[in-house]
Amino acid sequence: MSEKSNSIAETDVVIVGAGPVGLFAVFELGLLDLKCHLIDILDRPGGQCAELYPEKPIYDIPAWPEISGQGLTDRLMEQIAPFDPVFHFNRMVAGVEKQADGSFIVTTDEDEKIKAKVVVIAAGGGSFQPKRPPVPGIEEYEDTSVFYSVRRTEEFKDHDLLIIGGGDSALDWTLNLLPIAKSVTLLHRRDAFRAAPDSVNKMKVLVEKGHMSLQLGQVTGLNGSNGQVESASVKTSEGDMIDVNCTRVLPFFGLTMKLGPIADWGLNLNENLISVDTEKFATSEHGIYAIGDINTYPGKLKLILSGFHEAALMAHAAKKHIDPDERIVFQYTTSSTKLQKKLGV
Amino acid sequence: MPKITYVAHDGTKFEVDAENGSTVMENAIKNAVPGIEAECGGACACATCHVYVDEAWAEKAGGPEAMEEDMLDFAYDVQPTSRLSCQIKVSDELDGLVVKVPERQA
Repeated sequence: MSEKSNSIAETDVVIVGAGPVGLFAVFELGLLDLKCHLIDILDRPGGQCAELYPEKPIYDIPAWPEISGQGLTDRLMEQIAPFDPVFHFNRMVAGVEKQADGSFIVTTDEDEKIKAKVVVIAAGGGSFQPKRPPVPGIEEYEDTSVFYSVRRTEEFKDHDLLIIGGGDSALDWTLNLLPIAKSVTLLHRRDAFRAAPDSVNKMKVLVEKGHMSLQLGQVTGLNGSNGQVESASVKTSEGDMIDVNCTRVLPFFGLTMKLGPIADWGLNLNENLISVDTEKFATSEHGIYAIGDINTYPGKLKLILSGFHEAALMAHAAKKHIDPDERIVFQYTTSSTKLQKKLGV
Repeated sequence: MPKITYVAHDGTKFEVDAENGSTVMENAIKNAVPGIEAECGGACACATCHVYVDEAWAEKAGGPEAMEEDMLDFAYDVQPTSRLSCQIKVSDELDGLVVKVPERQA
């Protein structure tokens, strides 16, 4: 533990967010010899393209009449590979501290520290966080008997579990926790599941054998006291109100986007977006830039292609910020042997 | 142009003219109807443009397709006439459509 928190990685640029715009920023910064670390709450690159619509086509990427969210992500990863970016996945930025020399120390929620000369926020709509289900008063049970993810299975041992949802997370944890739980009830709105058919079949066999329960309906309330759930009120698909005994609840209602701790960095915000200029895409804090969907300026369009443009201009501004005395010679990848060498072509 | 009436959770009515072919979600955003968020921008990839179609219009508006039904699992207080408004296309047939906005989206 101490080893982890004491070591500080050093780089030129920390990019918050590994969506398409954050990824392309690696390319533009790389051409200017700046090395990047990227931090993202998801477990893979692509941001919304990977999480919300991996299979859905995008039609407004120049020169790609049609490309899927995952396809775009894969291409960008290929394009930036020569610059060896370092990825920190499953991490949220917890804080940013400005140092006396103008650099920044970025801390993740796992207490890792990265020192960087420049910070680029490319966090799109914010960080993906589990959606809180529509149950009044659920907050008072959170982290004591209601959990949105399973960090330690021990937490669920010998408990009466109520797992809510019909996707892979709900089904996987139903199957995985059943052996250690006292009882498991799976609650889903309807008798069709989004999860892998194999898991659904396994679950149905377990229900038939009487090892667990399946209830169709929606939860409307939780009953208990002092953060300890005792039962859940459920409106069944037939419209009846029933009580389901449970001491641990695991709702899997998908993910939503929240600006998160960035809101507390002291940057000028405008309706949860970060105000920037259109020359450098600089925020109100010297050395911190914001590109892509998370920024705002007069005429802003939330398009991936606008984010790419912003990344290019930001990169030149960041280079000037880091090496104020170095003259930047603007070059094209098509004709510059220097740039081609960096790209390894 | 077809008219759509949005009834906000507090009962406030918003009557808007909607172009044929546009979606019920787009018209809500364009006219700043409160309570419709449309986080994903209309890709049927979130459930934050959830509405209740007025009973009288439920048949004409039709039910959700499989993908939309999947996304409705993530919506708040799903009812029999629940739809994602980004998946309802405006047409002359729907002139006069009434949709109610739920208490909250997510």
